Amino acid sequence: MNRAQRGAAGSRGLGTMEVKSKFGAEFRRFSLERSKPGKFEEFYGLLQHVHKIPNVDVLVGYTDIHGDLLPINNDDNYHKAVSTANPLLRIFIQRKEDADYSAFGTDTMTRKKNVLSNVLRPDNHKKKPHIVISMPQDFRPVSSIIDVDILPETHRRVRLYKYGTDKPLGFYIRDGSSVRVTPHGLEKVPGIFISRLVPGGLAQSTGLLAVNDEVLEVNGIEVSGKSLDQVTDMMIANSRNLIITVRPANQRNNVVRNSRTSGSSGQSTESSLPSSTPNILGNLLQGEEESDEEDIVIEDNGEPQQIPKAAPTSESIESLSQIELLHESTQNGFLPSSEMNSSHSAGSISMEYEVPDPGRKPLEEDGTIITL
Amino acid sequence: QTVEHGFPHQPSALGYSPFLRLMAIGTRSGAIKLYGAPGVEFMGLHEENNTVMQIHFIPDQCQLVTLLDDNSLHLWSLKQHGGASELREEHRFTLKGPPGSPPSATQVTAILAHSSREVLYLGTESGGVFAAELPSLRVLEDRTITSEVVLQRLPEDNCNRRSCELVEALREHPKNPGQILIGYSRGLIVLWDLQNNKVTHHFLGSQQLENLYWQRDGSKFISCHYDGSYTQWPVSSDNRQPEPLENTVPYGPFPCKAISKIYWQTTKNGLPYIIFQGGMPRASYGDRHSISVIHGSHQTAFDFTSRVIDFFIIFTSEPAAEFDDPSALVVLAEEELVVIDLKTAGWPAVHPPYLASLHCSAITCSHHVSNIPLKLWERIISAGSKQNIHYSSMPWPIDGGTNIAPDPPQRDLLLTGHEDGTVRFWDASGVCLHLLYKLSTVRVFLTDADPNDNMNTLGEDEWPPLRKVGTFDPYSDDPRLGIQKIYLCKYSGYLAVAGTAGQVLVMELNDEDAEHVVDHAEADLLQDQEGYRWKGHEKLKTREGPVRFEAGFQPFVLVQCQPPAVVTSLALHSEWKLVAFGTSHGFGLFDHQQKRLVFVKCTLHPSDQLALEGPLSRVKSLKKSLRQSFRRIRRSRVSSRKRRGGGGSASEVQEANAKFDQDALQEMELAPVQRKIEARSAEDSFTGFVRTLYFADTFLRDSSRHCPSLWAGTNGGTVYAFCLRVPPAERRMDEPVRAEQAKEIQLMHRAPVVGILVLDGRSTPLPEPLEVAHDLSKSPDMQGSHQLLVVSEEQFKVFTLPKVSSKLKLKLTALEGCRVRKVTVANFGSCKTDDYSENDLAVLTNLGDIQIISLPFLKLQIRYPCIRKEDVSGIASCVFTKYGQGFYLISPSEFERFSLSTKWLVEPRCLVDMPEVTSNNHVHNKSAVENSARKSSPGDYGEEERKSGRLMEHALLNDEKVLKEIQSTLEGGR
Repeated sequence: MNRAQRGAAGSRGLGTMEVKSKFGAEFRRFSLERSKPGKFEEFYGLLQHVHKIPNVDVLVGYTDIHGDLLPINNDDNYHKAVSTANPLLRIFIQRKEDADYSAFGTDTMTRKKNVLSNVLRPDNHKKKPHIVISMPQDFRPVSSIIDVDILPETHRRVRLYKYGTDKPLGFYIRDGSSVRVTPHGLEKVPGIFISRLVPGGLAQSTGLLAVNDEVLEVNGIEVSGKSLDQVTDMMIANSRNLIITVRPANQRNNVVRNSRTSGSSGQSTESSLPSSTPNILGNLLQGEEESDEEDIVIEDNGEPQQIPKAAPTSESIESLSQIELLHESTQNGFLPSSEMNSSHSAGSISMEYEVPDPGRKPLEEDGTIITL
Repeated sequence: QTVEHGFPHQPSALGYSPFLRLMAIGTRSGAIKLYGAPGVEFMGLHEENNTVMQIHFIPDQCQLVTLLDDNSLHLWSLKQHGGASELREEHRFTLKGPPGSPPSATQVTAILAHSSREVLYLGTESGGVFAAELPSLRVLEDRTITSEVVLQRLPEDNCNRRSCELVEALREHPKNPGQILIGYSRGLIVLWDLQNNKVTHHFLGSQQLENLYWQRDGSKFISCHYDGSYTQWPVSSDNRQPEPLENTVPYGPFPCKAISKIYWQTTKNGLPYIIFQGGMPRASYGDRHSISVIHGSHQTAFDFTSRVIDFFIIFTSEPAAEFDDPSALVVLAEEELVVIDLKTAGWPAVHPPYLASLHCSAITCSHHVSNIPLKLWERIISAGSKQNIHYSSMPWPIDGGTNIAPDPPQRDLLLTGHEDGTVRFWDASGVCLHLLYKLSTVRVFLTDADPNDNMNTLGEDEWPPLRKVGTFDPYSDDPRLGIQKIYLCKYSGYLAVAGTAGQVLVMELNDEDAEHVVDHAEADLLQDQEGYRWKGHEKLKTREGPVRFEAGFQPFVLVQCQPPAVVTSLALHSEWKLVAFGTSHGFGLFDHQQKRLVFVKCTLHPSDQLALEGPLSRVKSLKKSLRQSFRRIRRSRVSSRKRRGGGGSASEVQEANAKFDQDALQEMELAPVQRKIEARSAEDSFTGFVRTLYFADTFLRDSSRHCPSLWAGTNGGTVYAFCLRVPPAERRMDEPVRAEQAKEIQLMHRAPVVGILVLDGRSTPLPEPLEVAHDLSKSPDMQGSHQLLVVSEEQFKVFTLPKVSSKLKLKLTALEGCRVRKVTVANFGSCKTDDYSENDLAVLTNLGDIQIISLPFLKLQIRYPCIRKEDVSGIASCVFTKYGQGFYLISPSEFERFSLSTKWLVEPRCLVDMPEVTSNNHVHNKSAVENSARKSSPGDYGEEERKSGRLMEHALLNDEKVLKEIQSTLEGGR
């Protein structure tokens, strides 16, 4: 924080960025070091400080390069805001109690030149019953479309976050056949399709999956050549963090990139898929795939605890066998609960000598040969 | 795959070579299997996979001919290669008639392998007899005996065109190879002179002919007929058209069924043996599968448990001998092989060393124990020998070939649990799976089934004199008796057996008969859960008071789970004298020393109504209805047979099956196959189902003190760990065993836990109870820290102990879409050096693949397909041994053995020599010449065979490569 203030006082060098912050009718100007923006909490504190509103809960927003008013409420979007601001970072601050959520979103800034006027002059659509949707920090993601940049545009990779919700996944798959372009011309090949969406289920509520969408991959692994039961097992095994790549039955809602029309590219991109697969797999494995896997242990009928995963000092991923060999570390940075921390001090001592010596081979430990 | 054990599924043909003393069995799937002395086995598979209809050995040759139902003929031969004999197909041939002739002209119905070994005579449906040259199987046109030629040679008054239709039998004259007897279906029999191409004699039978047999001296022959009669005919040089000597209907006077095959065997004492199949009174015994033996005043109709496929008689193979002197009757029935000793009074059965009917009651589970201590082995054998007193002491009469496989390095037992409540102990050390001992748990319980002791009673005054033989009895009277889990401790001789109605029996080996009371305890697994009603079967009623048990394993403790659901897991610790058992409701621990229940734990989720009501009630009722419908089919089959008279049994079952299939198909089409994708949750059904139980002495609470512990894994991905306090040996009877829950681990992916294992400080799996006490294993390393391996259907996970933190994992389902079905620790030794071995996990997946996963780093070493993924019962029946072998059921009656280790391979390796003494003595001396010629050039044959490649013996899979691959992977990691 001091750093930021020092920056505000200093000259506008290459590494600094000007911030123009508005709360009500008041403006404040200061500057931040672009390379070291710090955490959102610090920034929030700084804003409260410069506006002299230390105990007021506020919402922070900024205008991005497209002129959209976007919220800043965590480190990620804060960093995004800092990195994209050019040259000026415009900050809008509202009191939480009289915040206008509809002000946020795409085109809000271009549509209405002045956010404040929007707040003061209620729009037509605001006459509808006001749906209170809390800010994204209270949301848990339930689904997302990912890897749009590396997939053919006829495909869609959807991630369903089961752990963030109590909703059932709620879909069914079936066998079917699809037409592929192969070197021998059009061929009918067996495929797996979504056959039913359960009303109210996660799959249906996201709107990203539909009946008759063809399932191409499950968590980065192609399903071609696998039976319906195998694909079912794979999906259930990955159900806590399910990433499925589909070819939507309805190709009209595809994101149109470049100048290609979505209709004509129906099969043309098929052959490019295998080449991108290793790339995809890498993304998935290095991603948050493991975060969903904490088992729970109850000691002596006590409180349930998450099983700590020994923090990896090095994570070696063998591309073939896909084994993660996690080495013990004394720096267990992300123990979730306080009871864990207290018991950890005792536990870590015993864990010390469980570190497998990388030089020691398992085969040295010969099982005894039993003879009579 | 190395060898198949048990009885071939759906046998369809039988052949025997008195010269080689080998027996051949053909099946409906086109397999042919040769058996000789114990350990001598060959297998071949016809590419067509068609039913084998007939098998004929070429006299005095290592060759045989098979006829398939597509009318193709196949010539097989046994050849030596690399010191062992192999069975290989040499030629195939389909008889072709002149252009435009009907298919019946070439439909082969009878085969005669002529003793000259040069010609095969083929009788056809239209009445022609073709001669095919051996070994090329080329038709010799000039030697064809057409029905027209035969008719020309007959006096015209008593013959018409139709009398020469369908050749039923071809028999060579026993003394004069130039003459053959041709029997036509309509009853006409002619003796044909091969040299002069003419009919020397003709015999007019009035009844439809079934079969023919020569008397040894060639002066008489016997024919058997469709109406259940047989007739003797004289053959003399003066009379060209002899009248029958004697015509008998053995089970008359009411209409009888056909006699389909007959033997006439002469003896020194003058009284011949007449042995025939069928002939039973049609109305009252038409459904029996019988073979009758008549010898003077003795007459017995052996009543078989299933349809008789074929039979043969073993008699003196000495060609110069004056009499047949039959020694044994060998009968191939659909479900078992029965050999009757004809030399011993009372004609007892001979205990077969192989081809055991594994499925005499359906197999419900199996358990393998490697390396049995000699003492226990001998005690089991002695207990078994007391059960086998009614068997003949005759040595196995089919004793051709030499077993040259090395002696099995250790004694292995395979235990099979059956639906009727029996446990069978099989010697699984070598190629022959041999029944050692049979244990029945039925005596402990009161059932409506009366002990079936009419097995070997000889009905003296009853007619026909039926006598039941064979052990095949698939109809269980009470499905609750079924055995579900078996655990044998090879060191202490304790055996725990658990069954379908929640019964757990602990047994001890006793060498004497004994009468005692079985202690009885009840384990209420629901405990405080209330308001539930069990809708499944009732628990078994126990017999009050002392029960008499024969020598062998005798139960002394019975624990019955309440509700009486099927026992799903079982563990026995013979050192601590504890037995743990689990059902779909929970698990319990029983102290069988003090005979006290230590604790029970309910694993049931309160909302799991389905499990409470008895998950198996639906399955059971389905099974019941299936059983009933099969009985119905059987009954209708019997009655319709009475109506229509024979023949149609197989086709009717097929019809019924086809109808079932059709119904099933229709159902499938109505509801499109779709699968629900849903994460597992705590509320799912059957999460409380206890899948695995494991005893371990490890660090459960803290890292300084280790203690006995019991681990249980459920279907819902929960692992419970209980800390046990077992009093020291001197106060074992005085202080109670105590248990306290120490840990509960919930796997987030909630997949069923199928295996739990503790690795010691050296990352070696903990030894079995008493293994260390018997100096058979190094004591586990209690210095280093232990690790816990939990295997779920989806993942392998290693946790540290005593603080449970996850260390390693290997995901299987998420990556490959297959689930773990069976997992065992297997010890792999190197076949090159004796001092090297390692422990790995052998895993069978639901796709039938076998994977080897290294310990403790969980690396996939190798994967290879083993069982077809559609073969659900094969996958379910798979059992691994401790040394990297395994067994699974390829049919209800056969175990396939496979080996993952190059060190432990059990496969037939045997030699069949041309028995020289016999061939020298034989009337045709040409064979001896040929023999020596054959022997002089073994090298040429070797070359030839190497070129042609694959062994027919192991037609299914060429394992060697795979095994080498495993070995190299294992050694590469070193």
